[in-house]
Amino acid sequence: MIPAIARDRPIPMSRTVRKARGTAFILLAILATSLGMVALAALLLDVLRDGIGVLSLEFINSFPHYQAEKAGAKSALAGTLWVMSLTAVFAMVAGVGAAIYLEEFAVRNWFTRIVEININNLAGVPSVVYGLLGLAIFVYWMGLGRSVLAGALTLALLILPIIVVAAREGLRSVPPTIREAAMALGSTRWQAVRFQVLPAAMPTILTGFILALARAVGETAPLIAIGAFTTVLFVPTTPTDSFTVLPVQIYSWISKPLPEFRENAAAGIIVLLVVLMLMNAVAITLRNIYSRRSRW
Amino acid sequence: MVTENFLNLPQTTTAEAAVEPARDATPESVIDVRELQAYYGENRALKDISLSLYSRRVSAIIGPSGCGKSTLVRCLNRMHEMSSGGHVKGEVLYQGENIYGAGVDPVELRSRIGMVFQKPNPFPKSIFENVAFGLKVNGISGNTSERVERSLRRAALWDEVKDRLKQSALQLSGGQQQRLCIARALAVEPEVILMDEPCSALDPMATLAVEELIRELSQEVTIIIVTHNMQQAARVSHHTAFLMMDQDKAGYLVEYGPTSEVFTNPKSEHTEAYITGRFS
Ligand SMILES: Nc1ncnc2c1ncn2[C@@H]1O[C@H](COP(=O)(O)OP(=O)(O)OP(=O)(O)O)[C@@H](O)[C@H]1O
Ligand SMILES: [Mg+2]
Repeated sequence: MIPAIARDRPIPMSRTVRKARGTAFILLAILATSLGMVALAALLLDVLRDGIGVLSLEFINSFPHYQAEKAGAKSALAGTLWVMSLTAVFAMVAGVGAAIYLEEFAVRNWFTRIVEININNLAGVPSVVYGLLGLAIFVYWMGLGRSVLAGALTLALLILPIIVVAAREGLRSVPPTIREAAMALGSTRWQAVRFQVLPAAMPTILTGFILALARAVGETAPLIAIGAFTTVLFVPTTPTDSFTVLPVQIYSWISKPLPEFRENAAAGIIVLLVVLMLMNAVAITLRNIYSRRSRW
Repeated sequence: MVTENFLNLPQTTTAEAAVEPARDATPESVIDVRELQAYYGENRALKDISLSLYSRRVSAIIGPSGCGKSTLVRCLNRMHEMSSGGHVKGEVLYQGENIYGAGVDPVELRSRIGMVFQKPNPFPKSIFENVAFGLKVNGISGNTSERVERSLRRAALWDEVKDRLKQSALQLSGGQQQRLCIARALAVEPEVILMDEPCSALDPMATLAVEELIRELSQEVTIIIVTHNMQQAARVSHHTAFLMMDQDKAGYLVEYGPTSEVFTNPKSEHTEAYITGRFS
């Protein structure tokens, strides 16, 4: 006989119903994933179909031209590489530096709390606003002009909040016992951070860094706002040279009335994607090196 | 063999009794705690602690949970101030000098007074790097691998890890990790080692290995060990301090003396109640 208490309980769902629900959820998840995959694949196929015919070493090695078949992405590719390298350095140094200060050294008070709130808010500011800020500060006030340096600083500013947030997350995930262990051996706070905490946090930091760079490499609006040129007939050789970048070049080709330029734009997108993937590959390799060494 | 000994060991046997005759009868004190008060923000965790800890002896700190044993050892190498709101009043003299006095560098102090934590906390790096870290940060250069080997030998871990020094320390067992943490502390050659419940995460065999190690180390260094295990305190220590909490939750020193006396002839009824297990 079933005891009274057991009878008062709600009747449990039958096993088949629970299994069916589980299966339904998995199907839904697969559907959601494939939606994204299909959209991405369609986009890639479309771009590849349009651009693959134009894509060649010559395309990468030619400057912009008024005839579509002679035009190339050399200056834009060089500009992107220049700007991204500098952006990566500025954003990483400033972002990780700020995160280390806030997490490891700053005393919690109203000032650090205001800084924190503002950093989180900055992540939501539209990118064109950063362009205007860059125009006012770097181009005019600091007198850098429409240079690679001004562009890189503007983009670094744009991705700084993402890196700060990711880096703080990474630092916070390192157990405090690691800091105590290091300090108890007679290391300074900085030595503990430099040799133990930072390497352990590096995988998380680099993940944030990858996402941030992926965002920066595709940005057009802030660079147009600071006045990146659309037709550059030379390769920048110093950070003070003027420049263009791939997204700006692609944008300018798309807005041309001649249909042949569409194919150039598609080829430019492929080049941009390759640059993005190479950057990610480097960051992921670094991340794997770090996480192989430090896993809890 | 060893396990049998562990089980049959009479509770009253103390290390004091086993101390070799050559040792001087009146040990000199290295750490003098004088009217120490420790706080977490507004809350006082330790009240009026005064005691002297002796050179090249093992001192045990026992007492119920939350009475401030960890806080006390953390005050001895100025780790207490790393906790949020942690500050102290009173003095701790180390070799006659107040470690809370102006001009004392806590970083330098901590390389002379080492610490082993309750939970093994190796760095997520190789075994070798774990031991070498203290050398690196203290600027001790030259024959690093020799020093690493010596420390691992002293911590009775060398034979188990000598073929895999490059492997991650996190792949070691809990007991091995704790011995690695001891080796790591030994590498910088501290004069005092603070151990906060070093065996609480270990099985009886590993515990015995660590106790053996403590006995050997006490020939050269001063050891202060927090423990919840009465038998352990009786087995390894020469002196025992018993702490308790008063009504306002501040820990105070109930009794301190040679382990044999504290365990066989306690002055305070609280001590007696605690060591006989009538009180937790
Ligand atoms: N970081 C901290 N912040 C605030 N209070 C703390 C902190 N650490 C410990 N305390 C308090 O200080 C008192 C003493 O704690 P402590 O850790 O020294 O006890 P203990 O004797 O080591 O206990 P156990 O045997 O459980 O390890 C406790 O009341 C505890 O709540
Ligand atoms: Mg404790």
